[in-house]
Amino acid sequence: MVLSLDIVIYTLLGISVVSILRIVLGPTPEDKMIGLNLVSAEVLAILVLVAVKTGRPILLDVALVYAVLGFVGILAISKYFFRKGEEE
Amino acid sequence: MIWVVQVLMALGLFFGVMGNIGVMRFPDIYTRLHASSKCGTTSVFSILLACMLLRGFSPMTGKILVITLFFLITAPVASHIIGRCAWQRGVFPWRRRRDDS
Repeated sequence: MVLSLDIVIYTLLGISVVSILRIVLGPTPEDKMIGLNLVSAEVLAILVLVAVKTGRPILLDVALVYAVLGFVGILAISKYFFRKGEEE
Repeated sequence: MIWVVQVLMALGLFFGVMGNIGVMRFPDIYTRLHASSKCGTTSVFSILLACMLLRGFSPMTGKILVITLFFLITAPVASHIIGRCAWQRGVFPWRRRRDDS
């Protein structure tokens, strides 16, 4: 096997660290939300890969709940900033 | 079957790296959103599809299928929410400057 599961997991970890860099130095709140969306998607992929590698089905439930919480978090943050811009 | 899994994993890694380069290099919210939404969705979808093919016909495949369907519904909606929030806050799209003439 040329491209094993370990290589994919560690490369995705490095990619998500770069996305966290975008969260840290994003100038506007929307940039930070873009970084959060990207990190959420990559951690979802990492969780599914670890579940397939170790053979534990419980991590798939964790991945599903993580996807739901990431979406609801994006929704709540954007609602907060939209309402804040409306009042000004 | 194993070559299909290899090709899908390599495609997922390629699109993930390209999306991150785009998010780090592009100058504006909307261009970064363009890179993030398309490349992120394609990368995660390819990797989940590769996991489904690797696992075969088992109960884990059903759970990964549910996660894939949920991700395919919510990822474009989240990107659209971010773009709409930026547009309604009054962020103007980036233009190339012309003041060097």
